[in-house]
Amino acid sequence: MTRRLGLVLPILLIIGWEVVAIIVNNPFFLPKLETVIPVLLSPFSDVLGTGSLVDNALVSIERVVFGFALAAAVAIPLGIGMGRFSVLNDFFDITLEILRPVPPLAWVPLALAWFKIGIVSIVFIIFIGAIFPILLNTVDGVRGVKNTWIEVGTTLGASERQVLTKVVIPGAAPTIWTGLRVGFGISWMCVVAAELLPGPTSGLGYLIMYAYNLGEINVIIAGIIVIGLIGLVVDQGFKAVEKRWFGWRGLER
Amino acid sequence: MTLSINDVSKTFVSDDAETIDALSHISLSVNNEEFICILGPSGCGKTTLLRIVAGLESASSGSVSVDGIPVTRPSPKMAMIFQEYSLYPWRTVEENVMLGLELRGVNKPDRVTAAEKFLDLVGLKGFERRYPHELSGGMRQRVAVARALAIEPSILLMDEPFGALDAQTRNRMQYELLRIWEKTKKTILFVTHSVDEAVFLADRIVVLTQRPGRIKEIVTIPSVRPRERTSDEFGQIRRHLLDMIKEESDLVQ
Ligand SMILES: Nc1ncnc2c1ncn2[C@@H]1O[C@H](COP(=O)(O)OP(=O)(O)OP(=O)(O)O)[C@@H](O)[C@H]1O
Ligand SMILES: [Mg+2]
Repeated sequence: MTRRLGLVLPILLIIGWEVVAIIVNNPFFLPKLETVIPVLLSPFSDVLGTGSLVDNALVSIERVVFGFALAAAVAIPLGIGMGRFSVLNDFFDITLEILRPVPPLAWVPLALAWFKIGIVSIVFIIFIGAIFPILLNTVDGVRGVKNTWIEVGTTLGASERQVLTKVVIPGAAPTIWTGLRVGFGISWMCVVAAELLPGPTSGLGYLIMYAYNLGEINVIIAGIIVIGLIGLVVDQGFKAVEKRWFGWRGLER
Repeated sequence: MTLSINDVSKTFVSDDAETIDALSHISLSVNNEEFICILGPSGCGKTTLLRIVAGLESASSGSVSVDGIPVTRPSPKMAMIFQEYSLYPWRTVEENVMLGLELRGVNKPDRVTAAEKFLDLVGLKGFERRYPHELSGGMRQRVAVARALAIEPSILLMDEPFGALDAQTRNRMQYELLRIWEKTKKTILFVTHSVDEAVFLADRIVVLTQRPGRIKEIVTIPSVRPRERTSDEFGQIRRHLLDMIKEESDLVQ
């Protein structure tokens, strides 16, 4: 029932859009539904000579996966260390607190200066965007591991290493996963934003900017819809894993 | 197996350099296969004493030794059952019980066999695949007991394990514990603040004073078992213990 209720607004928006589009009757301002749907329905055919929707989406996804994986590979071990050893936390804390409020896109000029135009720059921006939510959640998750759980482990004979692998990591996993989910969402925003900037010659962000330059508003809207749908599908994937593996978090008592 | 507590005192120093004397000059020599109850008012240092014996906390002065060897960290000869629920919510009942053996590198089939044996002993056959949140409080403490027994310790340290249970469940758990104790021949150090529980279970009851806990008296209970909770003999012992505790609590007023 609630799922069905959630569909009402999108349908109303689509109807409203179509009505306004007919009234305005200006494809350079708001194109009609009929001009957007064909673009979405032929995802494998070339769009404005930039490659197909799928090609561009794959390029964006590839970039995100690189940057995101790199961020996770740095943030999770660092976060576990910081959560477990206050020395590490004290060492990194201030630096990270200064860097954290800087929006990922503020790094663009520096990224271009360091890595030139290209995938390295984009991956760097995504890395910056994803690392903080993953790191902060990992630290939180590790700190939230109950002391009793750790002590049970040591009384049962766990070494320092085993405490980490058998107690701390599984205990913190749900929170770390939340960090990954949030981090991925930000990565996805970062890749599209980075592709809007001069430089890239592929990707969904590039495609919609290119369409803007040609006045093809219907392609822009189709691109936005694809960006939204991919974000949604990935997020649902994260949620499904959360429910399957980390459902215990909500059920503790 | 001999456990001896030699002149143990413990002073905590809080962050603002305030000191709290928790235990004062505790000496106790525990015989093999003996059931000792430690009885005392809330905050008198019972948990602290047990944690020092377990090697989770160090004494400010004095020492604890098992078979003549000083305890400085958790030892496989002892297993602890904590005052609060301590099962790992992400592990099934069976996986919780198997943890100690897993940490020692025992292979899976042997772990499963052991888990089966100890779950059977605590009356939880058939619950192997359940998760802790699916169990009642009493069942969870049984799992904790099975998990402790699975590493085959000679000493069981139990910190008010039945404190959170209703009276009926608690009585049943006391019976069961005696049955397990007779079957497995463990030495048990059992903390409680229930006079009734102590009189029902113990060979000897160590009565502690208000904080800082000192030994007020050690009461030996006639070794008949099972005990009639309402018999005259135990009624007298109970009265004696209650008087002592009242004396202690009157001191604070
Ligand atoms: N880590 C600690 N730091 C500072 N003070 C502590 C610490 N652990 C315990 N204490 C203090 O030592 C005293 C004894 O605590 P303990 O937990 O051993 O009492 P207890 O007899 O187990 O009480 P209860 O019956 O309520 O469980 C208390 O006053 C407590 O505040
Ligand atoms: Mg206690």
